[in-house]
Amino acid sequence: MPLSKRIIPCLDVDNGRVVKGVKFRGVKDAGDPVELAKKYSDQGADELVFLDITASKQDREIMKSMVKKVASVIDIPFTVGGGIKTLADAREILLNGADKVSINTASVKNPELVTELMKIFGRQCVVVAIDVKRNYGIHDKHNATSGPDKDYYFEVMIYGGSKGTGIDAIQWAKKVEELGAGEILLTSIDADGTKNGYDIELTNTICNNVRIPVIASGGCGSTEHMVEVFNKTDVDAVLAASIFHYDKLTLEKVKINLARKGIQTRL
Amino acid sequence: MTRIAIFDFGAGNLFSLHQSLHRNGAQTVDIIRTLDGLEKYDGLVLPGVGNFDSAISSMQKDAVMLNTAVNDGLPILGICLGLEMLFNKSEEGILDGLKVLEGEVLMLPRKRVKVPHMGWNNLRIVMTDSNLLKGIPQDSWVYFVHSYHIEPNDEKLVAATTDYGSKLPVVVERSNLFGTQFHPEKSGKIGAQIMKNFVNVCEKNE
Repeated sequence: MPLSKRIIPCLDVDNGRVVKGVKFRGVKDAGDPVELAKKYSDQGADELVFLDITASKQDREIMKSMVKKVASVIDIPFTVGGGIKTLADAREILLNGADKVSINTASVKNPELVTELMKIFGRQCVVVAIDVKRNYGIHDKHNATSGPDKDYYFEVMIYGGSKGTGIDAIQWAKKVEELGAGEILLTSIDADGTKNGYDIELTNTICNNVRIPVIASGGCGSTEHMVEVFNKTDVDAVLAASIFHYDKLTLEKVKINLARKGIQTRL
Repeated sequence: MTRIAIFDFGAGNLFSLHQSLHRNGAQTVDIIRTLDGLEKYDGLVLPGVGNFDSAISSMQKDAVMLNTAVNDGLPILGICLGLEMLFNKSEEGILDGLKVLEGEVLMLPRKRVKVPHMGWNNLRIVMTDSNLLKGIPQDSWVYFVHSYHIEPNDEKLVAATTDYGSKLPVVVERSNLFGTQFHPEKSGKIGAQIMKNFVNVCEKNE
């Protein structure tokens, strides 16, 4: 039997509270991170991801104590990301009880960080988050991976999706695997916030080019979208935020629906 | 009062494991860096974080004491790396293992499966009178994160297997010596039951 597909609720944390908003507009309080973590864990979440969306200096202390509290109440793996720039930042999060750290901008700015983390804590602790956007500009040098028939390439974006890097996402995914990433958290900025479904083309392309697990993120509005990405790509896990907030949909319901569609999850 | 020690290889997060033992019935959980004074405890956990050679180095001077503890029937639970260390050697390192159990540790077949084996997989229980797996239903889901797997010489040690590229032995049990390739402290309710079972064995040994 293959591994079960993982369903991973994502909690955006600002100043010690879970928030939900669309791209920095109308950020709404969605609850206490420890309570929500426990609730999702009890409902059958396979893992949890916490993203610190402010990541200011004083916020790091709040994050540290939140990580500790979460680790005391749940018995499933959890990842913490957002604002992790150095080995010291990552160590602090891991020693307080997180199982994995997710690094994004820092992995582009300082790729050795991925390798250092892997050497000290093991590959399984290192999630590299890659934010990707289609770039319709000049891209001759990217044709080899994106395909000559395409009028765009997949560009790696940093600083919360606000800044392009000119790096081809396919090459970057292969590179981070080599550097020591244990997993890739792949977010499609084109799909994010649309609730129109995961970015199948992007997810498929990345999955076909690496041997480490890939988590699809961005665009999920319903269980159908999960079914679609699991059926059409080799992705290992899906991240979803908004569909679980305010009890619109429970993990149990999602998993029952997935089972009906023949998707193997942990029930 | 059940007292359990976690041996610290110096490689990272023991907080979750510590909390899990507490939640599942251990009154005192201490993190130790030497086996001196092990007689104070009712059980020992070898955790699953770090890499083979550095973990072995951190325990080398205590290898004799560990073997004595095993022979005296102290309940011991090796998790992931903590299990792998008990064997003769590992493809992950060049140092000898602790040689408590006969067999070796091999890399997962990269050509056939994604490595690390990361996520939830099923347990196929083969040892029906296992103390560690008491009350655990067949095909229960548990959480794995590993790149190497154990290959015990004695098949009778194997309490459960899982399918990943091939049939992997993932739980071993020999009287009070237990090992899991997965992480019970991260395996939800099923994992919690396994931790409880271990704590119960420790309690009886008190």
